[in-house]
Amino acid sequence: MIKLSPKLSQKLSYLFLFLATILAIIPGVLIISIIIAKGWSVFFTLKFLTSMPTSGMLKGGILPAIIGTFLLVIISIFFVLPIGVGAAIYLNEYSKNNLFTKIIKLAIINLAGVPSIVYGLFGLGIFVIYLKLGVSIIAGALTLSMMELPVVITTAYGALNSVPLSFREASLSLGVSRWKTIVHIVLPNAIPGILTGAVLSTARIAGETAPLLFTAVAFYTPHLPHSIRDQVMILPYHLYITATQIPNMEENRIFATALALLIIVLSMNFIAIIARIYFRKNRKW
Amino acid sequence: MSKIEIRNFNLYYTSLHVLKNINVNILERKITAIIGPSGCGKSSLLRSINRMNDTIEGVHVSGEINIFGKNIYDIGIDVRILRKNVGMVFQRPNLFPISIYENVAFGLKINRIHSKKNAINEVVEKSLKSVSLWDHVKDKLHKSALSLTLEQQQRLCIARVVAVASNIILLDEPCSSLDPIATQKIEELIIYLSDQYTIVIVTHNMQQAARVSHNTAFMLLGELIEFDKTEKIFTNPSMNETEDYVSGRFG
Ligand SMILES: Nc1ncnc2c1ncn2[C@@H]1O[C@H](COP(=O)(O)OP(=O)(O)OP(=O)(O)O)[C@@H](O)[C@H]1O
Ligand SMILES: [Mg+2]
Repeated sequence: MIKLSPKLSQKLSYLFLFLATILAIIPGVLIISIIIAKGWSVFFTLKFLTSMPTSGMLKGGILPAIIGTFLLVIISIFFVLPIGVGAAIYLNEYSKNNLFTKIIKLAIINLAGVPSIVYGLFGLGIFVIYLKLGVSIIAGALTLSMMELPVVITTAYGALNSVPLSFREASLSLGVSRWKTIVHIVLPNAIPGILTGAVLSTARIAGETAPLLFTAVAFYTPHLPHSIRDQVMILPYHLYITATQIPNMEENRIFATALALLIIVLSMNFIAIIARIYFRKNRKW
Repeated sequence: MSKIEIRNFNLYYTSLHVLKNINVNILERKITAIIGPSGCGKSSLLRSINRMNDTIEGVHVSGEINIFGKNIYDIGIDVRILRKNVGMVFQRPNLFPISIYENVAFGLKINRIHSKKNAINEVVEKSLKSVSLWDHVKDKLHKSALSLTLEQQQRLCIARVVAVASNIILLDEPCSSLDPIATQKIEELIIYLSDQYTIVIVTHNMQQAARVSHNTAFMLLGELIEFDKTEKIFTNPSMNETEDYVSGRFG
């Protein structure tokens, strides 16, 4: 074996690590730049975002898919926040450190690893068929919220856990009950962390197709949804069908749809990151 | 007249026997100091008097602590009322990250002691005056409590306790994060408050115990070795262990 001088091996390993980093970000950069390059011309004919698809989706816009994605995501948040935060409060503030609690925690971690198509099938069985909600916004939102639950519980748990014990002690020692201590002291100090976690988990599911495939999604709807019992179009699925199921589809339109999806997801991530930085800076403990 | 009577009191952290058959009478409107080497159970004893130990998993106790003749470990005792009457000040100031005003008003509002704004304002002012903080903070009541110096924060913690109308104040090494000048000022405050309050103070600092307290309890390895007038404990203790400790031979 050739012996390298320490200086040279130092330089080589630095070079290797640097290249590995570049290699890691190349796909991301490529995806984003290609999507922007091919999609922006259609995307910025603003009508694309604000009008209904026409001519068998070959023309017109993607408004119903954007609205569908937003509706599903926002409604799912309303289900997942109270349940997720409630579970996190139970686990962090009330549960004893025993086998039962350990099993629950382990189950939550493992739920986060269940493939999304399994959630989709479960949603089909429970919400669409058993609860007779049909393929609908409400069934899709419920399915999404099940998928978000592990992440929301975990982040909310972390946020509650990072509220200093001394706050709780101070409140309890003033004769304030445990529940009121949680409501008035622990929760207000944990809310930034809880909300950031919720937004991040939302961003993660906004691009999901599998859980919605059998529970909420329509191939095409001629009008915007009227009620939560309607089916909806969603961006990722719309992207898939325009790219694969519709002949003679103009390529730039597909990329413009991808760009819309990308912007929604990335801006939610961005909001969460900004919020986190802001709250960190303004936190006094 | 004794206000807090501790009878055959034992405390365990799961299987660790931390307080061993403690018997002591703490007198009303007197300052009682608890001294002893680190880990001897001073904080555990103090936290038994307002049942803050209940919040730790695995703690169990036996024996009685009678406050005004009522055993606080009886079933049917409302811990919230107990803790309101027996206030606690901790080693480090533990204010909430809200305004000075809200910190003092917190206990009043949450416990619904007062609901009218005027009444709350009045109590806040009175409490801040009783810890000599009013003149300093009256123009910045709505600034964050954490902007105060440590000494002022500790005063504010005491004001918070005073506000909920406690009549017993427990202090667990309240000066350990303060410099000597701040320590002296807090000691003056404690002496001033003993006109109206029964005070129990845990301290590592024997000079502090000698300076402020009327009575002193000396603890060692979970046992109460000696309880007597402070002068007696520091000049002519009955027990050899006490003698060794106060003369600085260990600890
Ligand atoms: N939450 C707990 N769980 C288990 N053991 C504990 C706990 N808190 C205290 N102990 C143990 O109980 C004993 C007494 O502790 P305590 O805090 O009452 O002592 P202390 O006299 O206040 O000590 P210090 O002067 O260091 O504050 C120690 O041996 C300690 O290790
Ligand atoms: Mg202690």
